[in-house]
Amino acid sequence: MRQLAALMLVFAFLAAGCGGSSNKSSAGSSTAAASCDKGDLNLVNSGELTVGTDNPAYPPWFGGKEKAPWKVSDPRSGEGFESAVAYAVAGKLGFAKNEVRWVVVPFNTAFAPGKKKFDLDINQISYTPARAKAVAFSVSYYDVNQAVVGLNGRPIADAKSVADLKPYKLGAQLGTTSYDYIVHNIKPSKKPSVFDTNDAAVQSLKNKQIDGLVVDLPTAFYVTAAQVENSKIVGQFPSAGTPEHFGMVFAKGNSLVQCVDDALAKLKSDGTLASLRQKWLAKAAGAPVLK
Amino acid sequence: MTAGGEGGRAVAIALVSTVVVFTALGLLITHAPGWPEVRRTFFDWAEFKASMPEIARAFLLNVKMFCIAEGFILVIALLLAVLRSLPSPVFFPLRALAIVYADFFRGVPTILVIALLGFGAPALQLKHVPLSTTFWGIVALVLVYTAYVSEVYRAGIESVHPSQEAAARSLGLTRGQALRHVVLPQAVRRVVPPLLNDFIGLQKDTALVGFLGSVEAFKQSQIDAAATFNYTAFLAAAVLFVALTIPLARLTDWLIARDRRRRQTARVA
Repeated sequence: MRQLAALMLVFAFLAAGCGGSSNKSSAGSSTAAASCDKGDLNLVNSGELTVGTDNPAYPPWFGGKEKAPWKVSDPRSGEGFESAVAYAVAGKLGFAKNEVRWVVVPFNTAFAPGKKKFDLDINQISYTPARAKAVAFSVSYYDVNQAVVGLNGRPIADAKSVADLKPYKLGAQLGTTSYDYIVHNIKPSKKPSVFDTNDAAVQSLKNKQIDGLVVDLPTAFYVTAAQVENSKIVGQFPSAGTPEHFGMVFAKGNSLVQCVDDALAKLKSDGTLASLRQKWLAKAAGAPVLK
Repeated sequence: MTAGGEGGRAVAIALVSTVVVFTALGLLITHAPGWPEVRRTFFDWAEFKASMPEIARAFLLNVKMFCIAEGFILVIALLLAVLRSLPSPVFFPLRALAIVYADFFRGVPTILVIALLGFGAPALQLKHVPLSTTFWGIVALVLVYTAYVSEVYRAGIESVHPSQEAAARSLGLTRGQALRHVVLPQAVRRVVPPLLNDFIGLQKDTALVGFLGSVEAFKQSQIDAAATFNYTAFLAAAVLFVALTIPLARLTDWLIARDRRRRQTARVA
């Protein structure tokens, strides 16, 4: 009995000792590096820019023929708005196209604590102050408008204003600010549905289990063009207050974000960002605005 | 006097060892280099308080689903178990069907059954097929859990000694009467603990219905986690589920103890 107690006390001291001795082994990214030279950057894989995005990669954010491990399209193709922007930023930082490595990063793991396996994540992630406490965001690369998609011939297709949408069952995808928009701005009488994946949301719309699907405007164009037959964009929502925007996600405290912000500023001032938007998201201006 | 002394010593040792082990674990965890970040991401009190009210409200949907489902499961599973125990060769097709049913629905992952029924059935676009995801979620859970619970009942029925049925038959009861008045009461009483165990499992599986879009407790916690990039909301949902499980688990323990006491007294008498 006495030996058992003594053994446990020894174990306790050992454990405390082991735990206590690990000092601040810094992840090595806290000091704000002034230099944005390619050689000085703090990267996950040295010499390469590691970019993360989720799977499947949907148009118009990504394009090209689908190639394993990605479904629907291929981020490595350079086609699609987000793929093009990522390569443009990489170019400004001094990386050639073949020095950019793409990794699959499911949405939920983009903000998991601990070391990230990507340098930046680009995945239609909206900036919010709450989210900015957990990760670092780049400046905006796209200002977002939400839109609602419905099936042709159903009552919701005639809605002309936000108030007209109140009696309907709406749906949104998890992790998007679309759900927030429904709850805070539309305030429908029926509880909205929230889906884990885009395909579940689309299936629910096809089944008439939801009347309208709220998504960002470019995704709405993809849904009506390629995913749901006989559907239309009922309208886009007017931007209330400061417009929502997409930002790239970085590990908190990563000095790379300043370099990427500089790169994005250059892309905006020399017109590259606008021309990419025109090329890939041109249709995104065309939907009627709900009052 | 000796017994009291040894009892006291045992308590003291238990206390010391508990304190030592938990202190050691606590020190190990809180001195890990990543602890501040993990604490902020998983154990943020402000976030817990903020997300709890909505998650608690969404939890009512889970409660509604498992209460309705459990009612159907207990009855249908019993029917299935009785079907399977019918000995006559005439009933072979029914027995075979019951076996296939139990094997299939225990084999297929529950999420697949939910997706197939919840999205597949409405997609057929037949008249009078309900679209409600809660409805199909409950149907899917009933189908899956009936398979498991019917096996539990069957084990209970087969554990009743055949002499019981033989004695009942010799007293002039028909098979049906023997089953209803002698075998089933004993069988069901014996399997109350595993039945409660499956009920506890069912409570967790209602979270899977969120895949169809219904905002139940787990889906609500996913919404909150995605909005704030903080996982504490999951902890809030977990707390609710555990709070429900603990009383049921203690009830099960009490029932087992009471059953044992009754059987021991019977033996002595």
